[in-house]
Amino acid sequence: MARMKFLCDADRCIECNACVTACKNENEVPWGINRRRVVTLNDGKPGERSISMACMHCTDAPCAAVCPTNVFYTTADAVVLHNKDLCIGCGYCFYACPFGAPQYPQVGNFGSRGKMDKCTYCAGGPEADGSKAEYEKYGANRLAEGKLPLCAEMCSTKSLLAGDGEVIAQIYKERVKVRGYGSGAWGWQTAYHESIAS
Amino acid sequence: MAKLLATIRFIAGALALAFIIATVTPAPVSAQGGPTAATSEQQLMQQLRDGVIAGQVSIPDKKAGNLIHPAGRDWRTFHTVTLKWIGGIAILGILALLVIFYMWRGTMKIEGGRSGRTMVRFNAFERFVHWLTASTFIILGITGLNITFGRALLLPIMGPEAFSTWSEWGKYTHNYLSFAFTIGVVLVFLTWIGQNFPNAADVEWLKAGGGMGKGGAHPPAHKFNAGQKLLYWFIVIGGAVMIITGYMLMFPFYYGMGIGDMELAEIFHGVVGVLFVALIIAHIYLGTVGMEGAFEAMSEGTVDLNWAKEHHSLWVQEEMGRGAGGARTQPAE
Repeated sequence: MARMKFLCDADRCIECNACVTACKNENEVPWGINRRRVVTLNDGKPGERSISMACMHCTDAPCAAVCPTNVFYTTADAVVLHNKDLCIGCGYCFYACPFGAPQYPQVGNFGSRGKMDKCTYCAGGPEADGSKAEYEKYGANRLAEGKLPLCAEMCSTKSLLAGDGEVIAQIYKERVKVRGYGSGAWGWQTAYHESIAS
Repeated sequence: MAKLLATIRFIAGALALAFIIATVTPAPVSAQGGPTAATSEQQLMQQLRDGVIAGQVSIPDKKAGNLIHPAGRDWRTFHTVTLKWIGGIAILGILALLVIFYMWRGTMKIEGGRSGRTMVRFNAFERFVHWLTASTFIILGITGLNITFGRALLLPIMGPEAFSTWSEWGKYTHNYLSFAFTIGVVLVFLTWIGQNFPNAADVEWLKAGGGMGKGGAHPPAHKFNAGQKLLYWFIVIGGAVMIITGYMLMFPFYYGMGIGDMELAEIFHGVVGVLFVALIIAHIYLGTVGMEGAFEAMSEGTVDLNWAKEHHSLWVQEEMGRGAGGARTQPAE
């Protein structure tokens, strides 16, 4: 099985936010929750870079380690998923996550945050693949249909790559070689304890 | 005519555009650095501001502007490793010490036996304050420990669904009972502040080890001895820490709190919480099986005169000296 990863080539991202919109639409993400967002560093200054970020589906995921009710599990494709039925909305996964991926439908009111929601790598949840229950809780299960996450699939500049970690790392390396520069695979060191030598 | 005007407009427009492009074209980037020279993850990781690499986002949730937050990893280690060790050692340690102490010392008896005469130690309001704080603390303690230790200890026994249901109810109970506990701690602070300032008798009491050894003479004490005063100040100060950090966790990201503040709040809440539980276990021991005649002070509100003379001799003198003391002591019939 492949080890699925995301890679955002910051030298290509144009902050169009199409990935954000694609994600929201494909997964019917509730109002107020953004499973994916585009962060712009040095906005308006020299060296401005935009990076599309969502759950990185970490190796040895911190969210899974701190969860008091153990709702997280890792699929054979190394995608980190969670079981909303068991989530108590304590907020700990958000504190532990290096990428701010976990989101809650309610904010603050006496700690009743509701069930955590995050990027599923378009791989649904523990319910039967493609079932109505799965779609309502987690959104689409494109992976089960042999498709990759929609955010990366429809990225207009092919900045955001999804797929087997080794394959997308190779694509990125070739880009860096051809154009002569690259700001690195953002978040890879933190998520996978590895970086791509450029 | 119109065609000519259109042509002129076209030429003028093209010239204007060419002028604009010529003037705003930036200086060519230096050949060596390339366009990425100013922004690299490695460099930003080294100069983290507030522990995060942050930028702008176009969505309303500005927290989403935090791109990478490596400190989450440290907090994870605290929560999954450090806190469990601190809590485990503190709670199991105090239990082990109490068992050893009990086997060595047994229940501390009233040496002079019961006199048959009692005196009022805690009035109804004082007992209400105690039991309000005590009952909420026990429930807060159990539901709080569940968040840290439940996954390892209860989840395998209860199964995921039952454990999740219990934990969710535990969370709501923990959150809502915090208000009653807060009132309790404030009332504890106000009710007994007068008798809890340290004085010379406390030094003597501590030197004598509280008279807890076998056959050791009871050192004199006022209404509260040095040990009880230490407990009082831990409840007041530790309780304040628990309350403040607890409300920070209940109202996440209010008043400009960042993720670092939230993690810090959880660290203080966790460490002070487990120490609090350990201390209260010792308090419960001394108030029940550890000492004859102590529990009735908080249940009935009265204590035997001989118990009072042995443990709080200066307090008995004060009460008697008031003249009203006679009226306050009453024969037990």
